[in-house]
Amino acid sequence: MSTILECRALRKRYGAKEALSGVDLTLESGRIVGLLGPNGSGKTTLIKLANGLLTPTAGEVLVDGRKPSKETKAVVSYLPERIALPQWMTAKQAMQFYEDFYMDFRRYAAEDMIQKLGLETDRPIKTMSKGTKEKLQLILTMSRGAKLYLLDEPIGGVDPATRDYILRTIIANYSEDATVLISTHLIADVEQVLDEVVFLREGAVMLHKSVDAIREEEGKSVDELFRETFAY
Amino acid sequence: MEWIFRPDAPIYTQLYEHLTLAIVSGTFPPGGRLPAVRELAVDAGVNPNTVQRALSELERDGLVYSQRTTGRYVTDDAERIEQERRKLAEGRARDFLAAMQKLGYDRVQTVVLLEKMRGERKEQ
Repeated sequence: MSTILECRALRKRYGAKEALSGVDLTLESGRIVGLLGPNGSGKTTLIKLANGLLTPTAGEVLVDGRKPSKETKAVVSYLPERIALPQWMTAKQAMQFYEDFYMDFRRYAAEDMIQKLGLETDRPIKTMSKGTKEKLQLILTMSRGAKLYLLDEPIGGVDPATRDYILRTIIANYSEDATVLISTHLIADVEQVLDEVVFLREGAVMLHKSVDAIREEEGKSVDELFRETFAY
Repeated sequence: MEWIFRPDAPIYTQLYEHLTLAIVSGTFPPGGRLPAVRELAVDAGVNPNTVQRALSELERDGLVYSQRTTGRYVTDDAERIEQERRKLAEGRARDFLAAMQKLGYDRVQTVVLLEKMRGERKEQ
């Protein structure tokens, strides 16, 4: 078992606001991990630090043993919270874009999923529904044979059927031995897909445990535990 | 197959129960090949490692065996499957009796009720 993501006393400050206040976290390979916390707890900041989109104020983050760089980006597949694909592109062009940028892009996998979805590949992304855009972006993200998938709110703001599609697409496509980090506050929906969960509160890790251990020891779901932990 | 998971118990144990039921009821017939781990995971909408864990327990309990290159199979030991069916039936019966007791029915009253219902069923 090898470590794919490691944070040591990781801090991030935006002006006077401390988004992460000393995160220590180690994630092993081959897991699906839920990054859970209320709005503003630091989920997106942590993901952006791991992806090299932000730089730490203090402490460090290591991906596959290295600081975020061109090399780590080659093994990290990132799904941003908002749709980041250029809107004028068609699905076909977006696929080409991914193929040009990423050595690990599995075009056959993307084509297969797009075909099963019945998506017209010559239509510009801007003409697609929100749900379809989300699905396309997820397909492209999961079609990479990455070591670490960072999915920022992949199921936020979509209907339950789309949510189901997205979760099954994640399970079916992440490469074996890779780790998938999913940030969300919709815990009940993802719980059974996760190996383990990380609870973030005000920029710090307050719990890191396996889902089945929580259910076994507490006799309740992660969703219930979360509601109790973060109740006002 | 319908996969529903309760919030108060580990998912792998519930998966174990689902798979056992599928074996006992013949959805997965004796000696038949089981779907691959990833396939079962996608079908049930659960984590592949959880499926792996449930299958390992089934293997340990002799309901499933694996062949190095070709995958996992349901045992062809009919007696072992029958034994598991019996165990499940006894569990359900015990739960039922406990529920009847809560309603104030003793064993005799419960049996009388069942007998009466057997008559009803015949009429249907």
